[in-house]
Formats: sequence, C-alpha cells, structure tokens
Amino acid sequence: MTESEMAMQGHGATMEESPYAIPSRKLAIWLFIISDAATFGVFLFGYGYLRTASSDWPTPFKFSPSIINVLIMTAVLITSSLTMLGAVDAAKAGDKAKAGRFLWSTILLGVIFAGLHIREWFALIDEGVRMFHNPWGSPLFGATFFSITGLHLLHVTGGVVAIAVIARGFARGRLNAGHVETVGIYWHFVDLVWMFVVPLVYLLNLSR
Amino acid sequence: MTASQESGNVVAKYLPVYFALLAIAVLEVFFAYRHFSTGQLLAILLALALCGGALALRYFMHLGEERRSLFLTLIPAVIFVLLIMNMIWSDSFRLLHMRPFAH
Repeated sequence: MTESEMAMQGHGATMEESPYAIPSRKLAIWLFIISDAATFGVFLFGYGYLRTASSDWPTPFKFSPSIINVLIMTAVLITSSLTMLGAVDAAKAGDKAKAGRFLWSTILLGVIFAGLHIREWFALIDEGVRMFHNPWGSPLFGATFFSITGLHLLHVTGGVVAIAVIARGFARGRLNAGHVETVGIYWHFVDLVWMFVVPLVYLLNLSR
Repeated sequence: MTASQESGNVVAKYLPVYFALLAIAVLEVFFAYRHFSTGQLLAILLALALCGGALALRYFMHLGEERRSLFLTLIPAVIFVLLIMNMIWSDSFRLLHMRPFAH
C-alpha cells in the first residue's frame, strides 16, 4: 500500500481480517464462556471426586418438593432463554419496545428462578444442612451443593443485573443490538450450565 | 412483513428446540427413578445433558451460524480441559476403599 492509499484508507485497511468475523465484544464473551465452563468443570469434577470417595454420601432430594421445584426452575430458565432469543431478534430488527418487553420478561424469569433456588436452599438449611455438616452422612455434601448451586446462582444474579443495565441502555439509545446479543449469549450459557447441574447434583442424589 | 412481525417469529422458530429441552429435563427425571446402577445412570444423564447442551449451543447461542474457525478454537479447547480433569478418578476410588498409596 502506498503512502497516499494509506492516507485515504487509514491504517486499519492494512490489518488482517478477523479470523472469526465477529465483533471483539462477542469474541470476548465467548472466551469468558470458555474459561467459565472450565470453572464449572472444576467444581463438578471436585464434587464427583468427593462423592465417589465417600461411602455415605447423602441422598436427600425427594420428588416433592425438591425435584418438582427443580423441574419448575428448569422450565423457567429455558423459557427465559426463549424470551432472550426474542429480545436479540427484536433488537436486531430495531424494534426497541419489543426488545425491551422481551428483556424485562427475561429479567422477571431470572428473578423467579433465583427466588425458587433460594427457597430450595432454605428448605435444606431447615433440614440441618450446613457447609460442613448435615444429619445424613458425608459432611462435605453441603460444601459441594452450596458451592456449585451458589456459583450458578451468582451467575444468574449477575446476568439479571447485566440484562437490566443493557435493557436500560438499549432503550435510551446508548447501547446497540450487539450488546443485547452479547448478554444473550451469556444468558444461554447460564441455562446450559444448569442442564449439567440438575442431573449431576440433584438427580444422582435422589431419596428413594 | 414488518420488522416487528419478523422479530415475533423467532420465538415460534425456536419452539421445537424449547420443547426438546423441556422433554430432555423430564426424561432425565424419568430415568433417575428407574433402577439403574449409579454408573449407568450417570452415563444416561450425562448423554442427555450433552444433547441439551449441544442444542443450546447450536440454536440458542448460534454457534453453528458462526465461522467454523470459532467453533474449532473454542470447543476442542473445552473438551481437552474437561478430559484432563478426569485424572482424579483413580484417587477418589482409592479413597473409597481406603487403600494407602503403594510404597
């Protein structure tokens, strides 16, 4: 490229095309998701290690209320992914009002999920489960249960706050559809992690 | 078709995936109450969870619509890291049977 061409097109034109052809914020959220998947992997493998190494691992989850509660939580989270898809699509179509409705629906569903989760926690705490002891067996059950579900709950809470910030920014025109899409990818990841938490943490520890 | 109508259709478009994910959740509970050994149940539940995860990645997170280079950068790296973590199992089984390390 000659000096005059560089002056016309700027230095950006000399740079290589992105190998992924996506905006940097989208690549950043994917890299975050990769590292977060490894973090959840560590927690779940750690739980698996302790569960396998314990001969008296507790199996406290009854069909009612625990498993019914978990099924409702799963339905709520998957529904929130669907509303998030609607929000991203409406944002890309430039329909701010519709995107806002979908985003606030997602937030509402996220809050319901968190409320149901906290109710589940309090039910277990009422039964005597603490971080390092419980009435049934291996004392580390509480540590693993509260750590894994707590980390997920932290992600849900963070996601709800992030969606609220982006919904406000998008409505006021400060943020664009790309921001909505980025937080959408994060929210679907939170849903994806829950699909592994339910079978491994709840369904493998059923009370029979 | 207006932009608003188009954006409304996306929910209908992904309803089959939504119901498939709900069905996977119900199937997991169904299998959890069948009489399988813990190992068999773990394999069944993990297989179903992987199916659900793949659907979410492909359709909700739209990874299938991105360039293949993104998929090839992200997914093998995650699988590699998760496979590396499997080195712990022999030690956890050793602890279960309270076998000391060989001298």
